[in-house]
Amino acid sequence: MSVIVYTESWNNVFRKNTYETVSYAKTISNELSEELYAISFGEVDKLELEKLSTYGVTKVYSFTKINKGDSQTVTSIIENEFSDSKLFIFSNTYTSKMITSRLSIRLKAALITNVVDTVNNLDPLTVKRQSFSSKAIEKVTAKTNKVILSIAPNSYQLIENNTNIEIKIFDIEKDSDLNILSQENSTDKISLSEAEIIVSAGRGLKGPENWGMIEELASLLNAATACSKPVSDIGWRPHSEHVGQTGKAVSPNLYIAIGISGAIQHLAGVNSSKNIVVINTDSEAPFFKAANYGIVGDAFEVIPKIIEEIKKSSL
Amino acid sequence: MKILICLSCVPDTTSKINFTDDDSKFDKSGIQFIINPYDEFGLTKAMMLKETNGCEITAITVGDISVEPILRKALAIGADKAVRINHDPKDSYSTAVEIASYIKSNSFDIIITGRESIDYNGCAVPGMISEILNLPFVNACINLEINDNSIKMIREIDGGKETIQAQTPIVVAGQKGLVEESDLRIPNMRGIMQARNKPLNIVEPINTTVFTQSIKFEKPKEKEECKLIDAGNVTELINLLKNEAKVI
Repeated sequence: MSVIVYTESWNNVFRKNTYETVSYAKTISNELSEELYAISFGEVDKLELEKLSTYGVTKVYSFTKINKGDSQTVTSIIENEFSDSKLFIFSNTYTSKMITSRLSIRLKAALITNVVDTVNNLDPLTVKRQSFSSKAIEKVTAKTNKVILSIAPNSYQLIENNTNIEIKIFDIEKDSDLNILSQENSTDKISLSEAEIIVSAGRGLKGPENWGMIEELASLLNAATACSKPVSDIGWRPHSEHVGQTGKAVSPNLYIAIGISGAIQHLAGVNSSKNIVVINTDSEAPFFKAANYGIVGDAFEVIPKIIEEIKKSSL
Repeated sequence: MKILICLSCVPDTTSKINFTDDDSKFDKSGIQFIINPYDEFGLTKAMMLKETNGCEITAITVGDISVEPILRKALAIGADKAVRINHDPKDSYSTAVEIASYIKSNSFDIIITGRESIDYNGCAVPGMISEILNLPFVNACINLEINDNSIKMIREIDGGKETIQAQTPIVVAGQKGLVEESDLRIPNMRGIMQARNKPLNIVEPINTTVFTQSIKFEKPKEKEECKLIDAGNVTELINLLKNEAKVI
């Protein structure tokens, strides 16, 4: 028997959260003394597929002509290829949310999403997940024989586990019920959900023309940029940058909040960040209560100094 | 065209979350409940489609009698009918089975849900409904237009967006962008009065099993006191981030 890990690719490559998920899956497959097999949809180079062996995958099934966004076809393939497997590991991405929920019904498998910790118990499978918009950690147990876990990004470290890998490439094609007319990628930027550092700004910046220093700081730190809800609502920044409740939930190693007061809706999306730095003119801003480090001061004075300091120390 | 909007009744965002029964259950006492914010974007979109395309709107929720205020609100905003499945939801699977069973016996063209609920954040019910009914599913939808019986949508994907066309019937999980925050509606007196004469049907559950069970809740670790650094001394901040937090 084997544990199955869904390895998602973007523009032919795997990203960090794919390898995090593989590392997580490998830890469980070791405990179960089972092989770890991966499945991938969409065009991915052979060299890229081979990289999965670094993290312990012994066999990968690559369906190069299947669009990963076609959840009906993807689900059918997983169901048919791995009918004996009992454990399926995904990462919590938009695409995998469409697949895991379908697969749960097909396989009569418990689906546990937003998993943030290693498995507590294997039989019955019990694991901790984040709920109540990160205000609580919930321990959940599966009531079924088969289980699907979906791991929150940035919640598990990469563990190398070199092995030999067998690569199986399939070129079957399938029509989808959804007709994808166009795709728009923002590939030049680091994706928010898996960024290790996020530089985020709010209304304290006074206008969209002042985002230059935010972008400069982000690029120096190799970080993604984000914003508060009011900023995306007024249209200073795109909705896709809105972090918080009704926007995106993030969990970077470092979240730098500039000119954001820290309304509870915003905190709901960021309080699983490992370190939070708050820069705000108002010493009473609620965000300071959720922060590890704080500077009470004017962003227009503090940020240029931070930029200068980082350049000096040439990170 | 018939639209079903699925609503979840969730604690207001500002609620303090506590647990009872040896931390195995969410403590509902003193909590203000609201329509799940992601569902409210969908509800508002449904109202707009009713105005532009003359759709009939049914609002549905799964819960005991205590969740009825959110259905009354949906009716007051403009939904034509409301349905409550009389079952205290236990997990995503049992909730999806109950809603899918209602859809099977009352066909709909578009089934709209929120992308996730802000209480359990499962993100599973809409996809499960679509699989039970063998329907196409669009997650994280940020735009939707109806042209005859095909609909054009934009969905957010990791690191971008996609424009898609599909035939109805379809399940759509919405989020902000489907409508803007400023489009959200507050019931007016006329709406509230009219809502009293609209049907609110109670459907008994088909009593499914569950796939998962919550056994224990805990609160995340309290943050330590924030270390304040003088605005004139950013060097110290950089040092702390480098040497103490080790994040840059």
